[in-house]
Amino acid sequence: MKLHEYQSKRVFAQYGVPIPSGEVATTPAQARAIAEGIGKPVVIKSQVLVGGRGKAGGIKLARTPDEAEEVAGHILGMDIKGLTVKQVLVDEAADIRSEIYLGAVLDRSARKVAIMASSEGGVEIEEVAAQTPEKIITVHVHPLLGMQGFQARQLAYGIGLPKEHIAAFTRIALSLYQAFVESDASLAEINPLVINGDNQLQAVDGKILLDDSALPRQEQLAALRDPDEDSPTEAEARESGLSYIDLDGEIGCMVNGAGLAMATMDIIKLYGGNPANFLDIGGGAGADKVLAALRIILRDARVKAVLINIFGGITRCDEVAKGIVEAITSLNVEVPIVVRMVGVNEDEGRQILAASNLPSANRLSEAVQMAVAAAKGEGA
Amino acid sequence: MSILVDNETRLLVQGITGSQGAFHAQQMIQYGTNVVAGAVPGRGGQWAVGNTPVFDTVHEAVATTDANASIIFVPAAFAVDALLEAADAGVALIVCITENIPALDMARARAFIDSTDSLLIGPNCPGLISPGSAKVGIMAGHIHTPGNVGIVSRSGTLTYEVIYALTERGIGQSTAVGIGGDPIKGLNFLDVLQMFERDAGTEQVVLIGEIGGADEQVAADFIRTEMSKPVTAFIAGQTAPPGKRMGHAGAIISGGEGTAAEKIEALQDAGVAIARHPEEIADLAAKNV
Repeated sequence: MKLHEYQSKRVFAQYGVPIPSGEVATTPAQARAIAEGIGKPVVIKSQVLVGGRGKAGGIKLARTPDEAEEVAGHILGMDIKGLTVKQVLVDEAADIRSEIYLGAVLDRSARKVAIMASSEGGVEIEEVAAQTPEKIITVHVHPLLGMQGFQARQLAYGIGLPKEHIAAFTRIALSLYQAFVESDASLAEINPLVINGDNQLQAVDGKILLDDSALPRQEQLAALRDPDEDSPTEAEARESGLSYIDLDGEIGCMVNGAGLAMATMDIIKLYGGNPANFLDIGGGAGADKVLAALRIILRDARVKAVLINIFGGITRCDEVAKGIVEAITSLNVEVPIVVRMVGVNEDEGRQILAASNLPSANRLSEAVQMAVAAAKGEGA
Repeated sequence: MSILVDNETRLLVQGITGSQGAFHAQQMIQYGTNVVAGAVPGRGGQWAVGNTPVFDTVHEAVATTDANASIIFVPAAFAVDALLEAADAGVALIVCITENIPALDMARARAFIDSTDSLLIGPNCPGLISPGSAKVGIMAGHIHTPGNVGIVSRSGTLTYEVIYALTERGIGQSTAVGIGGDPIKGLNFLDVLQMFERDAGTEQVVLIGEIGGADEQVAADFIRTEMSKPVTAFIAGQTAPPGKRMGHAGAIISGGEGTAAEKIEALQDAGVAIARHPEEIADLAAKNV
């Protein structure tokens, strides 16, 4: 799950990281009021969960409350990479002397949290990594010890920070690590961390990604979820305990298991079709989950055929078959459904499906070819 | 011959009185696995799944029954505690089936386990099976057949698909290891490949990978430089869009890293035969028999 910039910065601030004063506005009038309260030039920053907001015109300076109202009016409602801007952050504009990058990320191959710093802040760190990798200093934190002061100093001296900022930077780096661990983040970035006109360090932009597996114990952070992060269908699927992702093809897929679901999408492509979605019903799904999954797939008007691929194990084929029959009787099914079902209780499953006369195949590649042909109107 | 589990395996089931634990303990016993004990706090002194003794602690279970492997069916909130307990009790092989364990918890747990002699498989994995001798996992036993193809995979049902195709062609398996789909886990491709390379009962290996991370690239390095046995691979997620997590916590392409194309290229460079779809693995493996 992603946090917005303003949410991320507030998390950092709770751990003692200095951030600019600012508030969130949903109307131009609110933006004006906030700018009046700040009493100095402000930046109006769109709060959408995609990168490249600046380039898209979603971040603008405003010198006066009048300007703030006008600029907020432009930005609110703007479309950035398919997302509508519903709120803006009105922050006191920083007088930026220099920009630093500071980030924490879970390094899966080292099995540790990596803390990275660079003197080249304000640009995407991937860009710095590609062009001047020597300008990124990285330390790995031992998971049982936590981040140590010497590691923070290694970063500070490593990026050539002026002496008077070493102590403040060290405190901020340790705070970032603490925020990362206590929020169960998978990424926490301050970019840029600026040295401002008052010669102080300040986190001007921030980003946090949370580990979805930890959300049950992070109730306060989980409550910050922006429903726009997922499409309405993806959100509905999540509520039903399904793992679903919208794609743009014409063959709806329902599969048990994430790896098999990805493989099924790949095979559809291999045989000349395009998957309309990724959908994993998970292990041990009952008829109700299958029904919910088919309801979601069949609602998509682009879907010209449905492919059901079940390899029974913890998931029993008869339960899946019951869900399919329920879907066919209760939903208005106008597209062909190809069923491929093997494994635990496959005979029972086939008997349940026999009456509905759905096209089926034993081999996966065969079932996929039938679905691709059906989607092209060549009959299944 | 096989790796990690065989007729010598004496299995402890942590969480044996839960619905998943009880069901799969029963299935494993039916397959012929030597299930010697269960461990569930507060249930010590009871019997589960027929005549399996249940102990309050793993230490007690090990002391009484000489269990040398453990499989964990404990809810996510308690699973790390359970696997640390098994490692502390000196259980040689720990298999964690539980999914949705926070990654930072796994980082800490793995750091502790590395300081012991225990090996961990998982979490979020289907377990492992040496067909004909021991099943320590949740896979359907009947699709497997004994033989000399070693299998290592990040996925569950996709592995069943491959094994089903191999068995249909009469190609048996030495051991199939599901290492799980999480970003931080126990044994990785590299560890299992090393074991297969040393195992006299394994003549060739099938590797089933997916998008996310770089573990397949690390495996490719080992295959190129150290491995004498032929390897066939399939990588799932060739059509997956970047930035979207495909079910498994580990299956996400971020910043152009971890794509199927990168992995396939690295494996091909190491001389690995790449299957275009899971059933094709059986065709490619048949050439090495």
